[in-house]
Order: sequence, then C-alpha cells, then structure tokens
Amino acid sequence: MRLVVRAADVLQAERLIPIRAAHVDSCLYHGQATLDFVDRLVDGGAAVRVPTTLNVGAVDLLHPELWRGDPDLAERGRLLMDRYRALGCRPTYTCAPYQLAESRPGLGDQVAWGESNAIVFANSVLGARTNRYGDFLDIAAAVVGLVPDAGLHRTQERRARLVIRLGADVPPALLDDDGLYPVLGIVVGRVAGGRVAALDGLPPSVSEDRLKALGAAAASSGAVALLHVIGSTPEAPTQAAALQDADPEEERTVDMATLRAVRAELGGDGEGRIVAVSLGTPHASAAELTRIAGLLDGQRVADGVELLISTARDTLAQAEPSGVAERLRLAGAELLVDTCSYIAPILRAPHGPVMTDSGKWAYYAPGNIGARVVLGTLAECVASAVAGQVVRDANWGTA
Amino acid sequence: MSGRLIAPGRARAPALVLDEPLSLWGGLDPATGRVIELRHPQHGATVSGRVLVLPAARGSSSSASVLAEAVRAGTAPAAIVLGEPDLILALGAAVADELYGVQIPILVLPANDLAAIRDGATVDIGSEGVSAV
Repeated sequence: MRLVVRAADVLQAERLIPIRAAHVDSCLYHGQATLDFVDRLVDGGAAVRVPTTLNVGAVDLLHPELWRGDPDLAERGRLLMDRYRALGCRPTYTCAPYQLAESRPGLGDQVAWGESNAIVFANSVLGARTNRYGDFLDIAAAVVGLVPDAGLHRTQERRARLVIRLGADVPPALLDDDGLYPVLGIVVGRVAGGRVAALDGLPPSVSEDRLKALGAAAASSGAVALLHVIGSTPEAPTQAAALQDADPEEERTVDMATLRAVRAELGGDGEGRIVAVSLGTPHASAAELTRIAGLLDGQRVADGVELLISTARDTLAQAEPSGVAERLRLAGAELLVDTCSYIAPILRAPHGPVMTDSGKWAYYAPGNIGARVVLGTLAECVASAVAGQVVRDANWGTA
Repeated sequence: MSGRLIAPGRARAPALVLDEPLSLWGGLDPATGRVIELRHPQHGATVSGRVLVLPAARGSSSSASVLAEAVRAGTAPAAIVLGEPDLILALGAAVADELYGVQIPILVLPANDLAAIRDGATVDIGSEGVSAV
C-alpha cells in the first residue's frame, strides 16, 4: 500500500480507484533485489486481490533444457517465477495475456498492466484503461486492488494529441503486407514518444496480429501506451472520436522514404545465409502457430538453422490436441514458452544472423544478446528457415 | 534552488552531470555502478556515491529494479536530480528504502536550476532545500 500511495503522490493523483485485474511484469529476474522484494511480500502473507496474470520470466519452466547459460542464474530466475505464483498470480508467463480468453479486459475496464506491448494492446485494441505499470508497482497494485486515478485511467487523458498519417506515396498493396506493421510501429514510436497518437490511413479492421506487431514496435522505440488506429480500435471509429472532438496539437505524415530507411535500419535489406529464425515476439497467437505450420507444409528447416517460436504455455497446450504443435516439431521447429529468445540464453548461435518478423525483437536483440538481425515477414521468415538463407520479396513498397 | 522531492532523504556529494537521459535498465551495471550504454556521452562513468544529475530518465520500467539492486550492491548514487518527475525511479528508491533501509533522495528541479549544476560541484540536499557549490 505504501508503494501505491507513493506512486499517487509522485503522479499528484487525488484518489485511488479499484482495478479489475492486473498483469505483472516483476517476475523477470533483475538481481537479488528482485528476489528480496518478493520474499518480503510472501513472508508478510501478501496475496493478490484481483485476477492477476504473469509476464515472461527468465526461463522456460516446461522446457528447462533449452537454457544455455549459467545454471545458477536459471535457478534464481525460476525461484522468482515461483514466488510470484505463491502470491496467487496465475502462472501464465506470457507477454501476450490478451491472447488468453479469460484474461482479456473489456472496453472501459480499469486494470494495472505491466509489459509495454501488453499495455499498448490493452489500451488501444481492447479499450481497457491502464498506465504503464512495471516493476514493483504492478504487483503492489494487484495486492491492494487499487491504483492512482491518473493518466490513462482518466477519459480526458486518452485523447489523441497527435495525428500520424500514412503518406500518399504508400502503395495500397503495402497495407496488406505483414512487413509494413513492425516498421510503421517503430516510426510511430519515434514520432509519438510518450504522447497518445491517432494513426490514420490503414484499412478498417486491421487484424489483431498486425495490431500486436504495430503496437509492440511502437512501444519499443517510444514510451507509447495508447495508439488509436482509426477504423480499427474501439475508441477511434473516426478521427474526431480519437481526438475527443478537439484539434490535434500536431500532425505528421509518414512517407515511403522514412519507411524504407527504418526497414533498412532494422535489417529489412539483409541477405544471404542465416543461422536462426526467431518468431513469436510478442508471443505467437494460436492463429500464427497454425499459419506457420501451414507455411512449412511438410518442408523441413534447413540443416544448421534453428527455427525458434515463442508462445504462451496456454497457447501451446491448445496447439497440442489440434496437431499443430506436432506438425511444427516434425518440421524441425523448437517451441519456447514462459520466456523470450532475446532475454534469455536460448539461441544456439545468438550473434546470428538471426531473422525475425518482429520489430520489437529487431529493436532489442542487438543490444540484449548481440544479435545481427534480418527483418522479414512471417512468410519470408519461414521460407528462409527452410532455405537456410534469406528469401524475400526484393521490391518492397513498389506498387 | 528549490525543487520537489519524489523520494525522501538527504545527501551531500559531488555531482555527476549526464548530458543525455539514461535508462538505468541496459544503461547502468548495478554490479559496478558504471554507465554501460555504449552511445551515452558519459559511457564508462561511475555513479556510485555521486549526486547523479540528468535531464530525464527513460526506457524500461525495469529501471526500478536496477536502482534497487544498485542500492543492495552498494553501487548506487547518493542522490538523483532530474529535470522531470519519474515514477519508475521513485519506486526503485521506495523499494530500496523498504528492503535495505537506505534512502536515495530524488529531487526534481526546474530546467534552469538543473543546468546550473556543474559536474563535480558539491550538491547538498538537506532539510533546508538544495544547494550546489
């Protein structure tokens, strides 16, 4: 409670409001202090007061043999993940809790979510209300069931300040290319920073998987917590609705030159041999697993190439009876749960070149694990894993 | 000078002035107290025992854990002076206080006061406010 009150004080909030659910990111090990903190909560008899899901931890508890690092560090990571379970949190260990039917908040629901991509998805795609919670405060809010009444919990703070438009030179065909969304997300994050933005120019009803890729990238390059996608997200049926009928403080246009430059920066022009393909950042949805199995279609991953797919343990459990998981394994794919390949020593050859379809992975993996990254679409990544070298459409963005 | 304390405490120590914002997660090694972000102008500087002066914190919420871990390891700055409030660092300081009984005051100053603090100047954050000599 002291932490929640301290937060209210820093945010200059006048009151605390109840939350319906929480998603806790504190279960990823960042040193002994993170263990000391949860021990203090467990020893004090604390328990979560609202339904609480857990974000990824350091290790895959179901496939511990995939860990290639210091065993002592793995043990500490595992211990931390267990301790949060002891507080009554559900052991979901996923960065995409919005893909689990029972953990999806609804329009207007007040929640306290951690993990940047989950925060932007909850606010934008589901219309739930959360600030950017994170280490210590997420679990503190789950234990007391209250948060400061500030920021994105309040209707007026959810108004878009900035309108970002796709330029007239962006060809319509590109709007139906998976490769647009992670690149556009990185651009949006840089332009928006911490501001609420509205994005104009995408077709109506963009799929959840594309919105996931867009938001995760935007929340990597900027402190984006809410992105209204006009025509797709519930608080933005129109531009006027996203702006709450006010005028935008700024309007920006994203042209092809910017998209091409950012795509190149993320490795979108990479060619030649690859040693690994990493998919599922954020965690692959059931639809994505089915799609990857379909794209592999009886082919096998090339010798010397590792195809790693990260997903939630609950999503994997669903993919077992349907046979999708077995089809992926037979094709030579490795399925990773509970963690992610850029925060844990999992990849056989992390320095790469590693191909990914994720703007977020492309943004963080070079710093985190020293990876050289090649960016492609999901289909290009699968084709490349089979070929052992980059297979891609050479004419990206031409009409 | 007067500012707003978002984490309580007192400190008197030489300033380490950072020219750019820093994310402690990925930017500070709590084992050594060194700035490890390669692109940062003060890359390689040691924050331990200094009053860390920076325009803003940024980046991951895991910075709260890094600050608490630096306190545990004895490598933390003596105080932090920021140009804008930062909830993540305030929480890291609050947790370190709860767990280890060590207070790292965090002070928010107006931009012109912040800019007046020279690297190496002795900064005194006390009950009567803040001074830099």
